[in-house]
Amino acid sequence: MLSIKNIHAAIEGKQILNGINLEIKPGEVHAIMGPNGSGKSTLALVLAGREEYEITQGMVTFSGKDLLEMSPEDRAREGLFIAFQYPVEIPGVSTTNFIKTAVNEKRKYHGQEALDAVAFLKLMKEKMALVNMDQSLLSRSINEGFSGGEKKRNEIFQMAMLEPKLAILDETDSGLDIDALRVVAKGVNELRHKDRAILIITHYQRLLDYLQPDFVHVLYNGRIVRSGGKELALELEEKGYDFIKDEIGLTAGVQAGIN
Amino acid sequence: MVDVNHFKDRFKQLQSASPDGQIARIRLKGFDTFSKTGLPAPRNEEWKYTSISGLFNDKEYHFAADDGQPVFTRSDLDAIRLPGHQGANELVFVNGWFMPMLSAIRSPDDQLTVLPLEDAAKGIYKKQIKEHLGQSSRYIKDGIHALNTSFIYGGVFIHVAKRRELQYPVYLYHLSDAREHHTLCQPRSLIYMEEGSKMQLVETFKTIGTSDSFTNQVMEIVVNNNALIEYYKIQNDAANASQVSTTHIRQIGRGYAHAVTITLNGGIIRNNMNLILEAAGNEAHLYGLYMLKGHTHADNHTLVDNREPGCLSNQLYKGIVDDNATGVFNGKIMVQPQAQKTNAYQSNKNILLSDNAGINTKPQLEIFADDVKCSHGCTVGQLDETALFYLRTRGIPIENARAMLLEAFTEDILDQVKPKLLRKHVKQLIREHLSIKK
Repeated sequence: MLSIKNIHAAIEGKQILNGINLEIKPGEVHAIMGPNGSGKSTLALVLAGREEYEITQGMVTFSGKDLLEMSPEDRAREGLFIAFQYPVEIPGVSTTNFIKTAVNEKRKYHGQEALDAVAFLKLMKEKMALVNMDQSLLSRSINEGFSGGEKKRNEIFQMAMLEPKLAILDETDSGLDIDALRVVAKGVNELRHKDRAILIITHYQRLLDYLQPDFVHVLYNGRIVRSGGKELALELEEKGYDFIKDEIGLTAGVQAGIN
Repeated sequence: MVDVNHFKDRFKQLQSASPDGQIARIRLKGFDTFSKTGLPAPRNEEWKYTSISGLFNDKEYHFAADDGQPVFTRSDLDAIRLPGHQGANELVFVNGWFMPMLSAIRSPDDQLTVLPLEDAAKGIYKKQIKEHLGQSSRYIKDGIHALNTSFIYGGVFIHVAKRRELQYPVYLYHLSDAREHHTLCQPRSLIYMEEGSKMQLVETFKTIGTSDSFTNQVMEIVVNNNALIEYYKIQNDAANASQVSTTHIRQIGRGYAHAVTITLNGGIIRNNMNLILEAAGNEAHLYGLYMLKGHTHADNHTLVDNREPGCLSNQLYKGIVDDNATGVFNGKIMVQPQAQKTNAYQSNKNILLSDNAGINTKPQLEIFADDVKCSHGCTVGQLDETALFYLRTRGIPIENARAMLLEAFTEDILDQVKPKLLRKHVKQLIREHLSIKK
């Protein structure tokens, strides 16, 4: 479904991603972990289409199409979703109106009729229940005055409404207390589907306790340096990222020695 | 250069045809000023960013009088009628002259009186005319304002009776006939709100025909104790329709004013919005939204003159400027020495959408009292890229996302348009302006 081949990306001349390779198949849940500054969020934003990043090398295909050639809106309508680490507040745009526009734009793109008011309302109610979202939030402007937890719930709610093929959750656990984390994780789990892949980007193990990824990758200096099953996350939690750094240092040293 | 002599002949004609005492005297004073100052040039600080003299280059405007009574049909009029007109007092001006025959007064006589200025000057409202017509000349001494005063004729006097709250709003429609000639319109009005009265006043402008029109308007509003005026100006005319529109609100009693100016399309537009707070404890709120594209130039000059203690005023003007359009905001707050405990706030926010668009924004605070709260702020920026990206990642195409954000930017001004039908209408105009489909 998603195939990332040797992606290099830079912002303002600074190289952040240094050759990432990753294959994600439908139904799989992948987690990318890594220390601060390793390039996790950059990867998410590059996939979502943020234009500030310059792709200097590599390619990404999504369901067989060249993802990097597509505008952010086309990526979304093709089924890519990103839950942001810092969802932006947009005063003056009502949440309901925004979500309705988004849902219908996607339907239009796929040649479907726009949802009528009744069907839309029904769908919203159903999806709001997934993340225990308060209905009063819908009449407010997007994320305006929402608490950290409400913002993250709103992201998962939007994911539920848009039913993506691939959802990227960028540090969705950050800033959440245990209860909010549980609610968000429950929502994500209910959205797991054999046709839907999920890419979780996180710093900590705790979200993964709930989401149980199939694969865990460690990102360091813009490159995936280790991949494994969910036990890798536990190992990281136990030993910290330093053990990865040491290991890489060691490898580099060995390579240097050979050379 | 503008030929003062051209206006001189006209002025003489008007004075000899209509030598009524009071108004003729005001005109004469006006023409004196105009003859001395001519049209404002950019060296005049108040006109630094807006040049209107070019509108008179190699161009002769017809005056209302040139064509006698220009005839518009009902359907011409229908094109400009605002929603809710069935329940409104509709006052029609053609080429600057009030046309009683085309107008409809729906409020009862004991609430609202509408008279040609000349008639009002002779009858029971003589005193109000004498005391209040032409007061604005004390505040605006430039030639273009004097030009309107030189030609006060065919204007209107609107009187709202004591403790009467008009159920029906007053709509003013200004039609310019530019079918055969360039047309100069100089509407003049005096509005007198008695103690405890309430009125919603809405005005809009329409040029019919493809020649140029230039409207040079002066409106003087007098607000007494406990009276409340809501005033809405909607400017959405042709690209070659220019105007200088001066609204002068004097709150001589402790009253309340709420004014919203919406500017969408036009040529060169200059709005002077003057609030003179002449009684203690007055309250005034001024709002403006200008959404400019093409080559439209819109200049909003506000003045809030605090002359007595304890007045509160708030100003919020917002602008979106695209293409080669330019905007100006000049907000002047005066606090006179005796006006202690003044609260005066001002804010101007702008979004520039193109490299060729421009905005000049200038707060001007002149404070001569020491116990006051005044603030001002202005911003000029671009559309929030992060917000735009957020919307796009949800599948909303960039044009729609942009329009959504721009519409959101206009929201707090739109909310200040209190009459529901009018608000809906303005919202629709904004959406059309942003090319948002229903």
